[in-house]
Amino acid sequence: MSLDRAAREKLVRALAESVIQHADELTSLDQAIGDGDHGLNMKRGFEAVLATLPGLADKSLPEMLKAIGMTLVMKVGGASGPLVGTFFMELGKALPEQSIRADLVAATAKAIDAVKARGRSEAGQKTLLDVLVPVQVVLAVGGDAKAIAAEAAQAADRTTPMLAIRGRASFLGERSIGHMDPGSRSASLLISAAVKVLEFEASS
Amino acid sequence: MNSSNSGNVGIVIVSHSPKIAEGAADMVRQMVGSAVPLAWTGGDIDGGLGTNVAGILEAIETAWSPAGVAVLVDLGGAETNSEMAVEMLPEDRRARVVVCNAPVVEGAVIAATESSGGSPLAAVKRSAEEFYA
Repeated sequence: MSLDRAAREKLVRALAESVIQHADELTSLDQAIGDGDHGLNMKRGFEAVLATLPGLADKSLPEMLKAIGMTLVMKVGGASGPLVGTFFMELGKALPEQSIRADLVAATAKAIDAVKARGRSEAGQKTLLDVLVPVQVVLAVGGDAKAIAAEAAQAADRTTPMLAIRGRASFLGERSIGHMDPGSRSASLLISAAVKVLEFEASS
Repeated sequence: MNSSNSGNVGIVIVSHSPKIAEGAADMVRQMVGSAVPLAWTGGDIDGGLGTNVAGILEAIETAWSPAGVAVLVDLGGAETNSEMAVEMLPEDRRARVVVCNAPVVEGAVIAATESSGGSPLAAVKRSAEEFYA
């Protein structure tokens, strides 16, 4: 997997747009079981990422991912900033400049471990890990872009009946059941946007 | 935000609400005067409710003491952002900053009182955490 400058910029724009266009939806999900700021926070973070273009895309892919992570950590606020930011930063740290699929599998596993440590959480607690973990499994067993995007969407759906154990929604106890986790939804949006760009680049 | 020079453990108050953070800091000042380095931060970078890493880093810098800094937080994001901020500190400072698992207002007052007596960082953290345990 080698992305040229144009492809890297396309990836950044696709990631940012996926979140910015769904900001209202993310906010309404968060209003149901959280503090209602997820859409606004993620939008602010990714607008800040967009503001670092075009220079951002001049960097190598690993350096670019680290820079995105740092911007998200500093700008998003809320727990999502450190969580999503850590994912990007660790992914950048773990990914070699010229990477093959096996490198991406290993790097995403490391990045997910870092998110688990940052949030002191595991899959099954109604957080973004409930999307990241199963999607990483599909990636590891060789699933294509379509399979990965489908798993991301389904995994976010599967958080709806879950009881929240971590995050603000856990304060609601059983009332958290029946609502999709906003962090899982934003993770699923980002993953779908990323694989779409990567699939196009791989086939062109 | 305010501070003072002393060898006592510094106290940082982090709340989603700047008003709560400032109010808690006022209560600490009333208890311990200027014997303890103290700083507060609250709100997201646009001024809404929330917390942000840059503000927390700045508060740690303001309340810095060679004896270390105890950070008191309110809800989840304040804790996650504070832990992130601690990790971003220079390595020699990282081990001297702790995030306390304690209620923000009561914890800050207890921690500052303990600090004002010259207790080390571990004792300051323990007092804050034990009060409601």
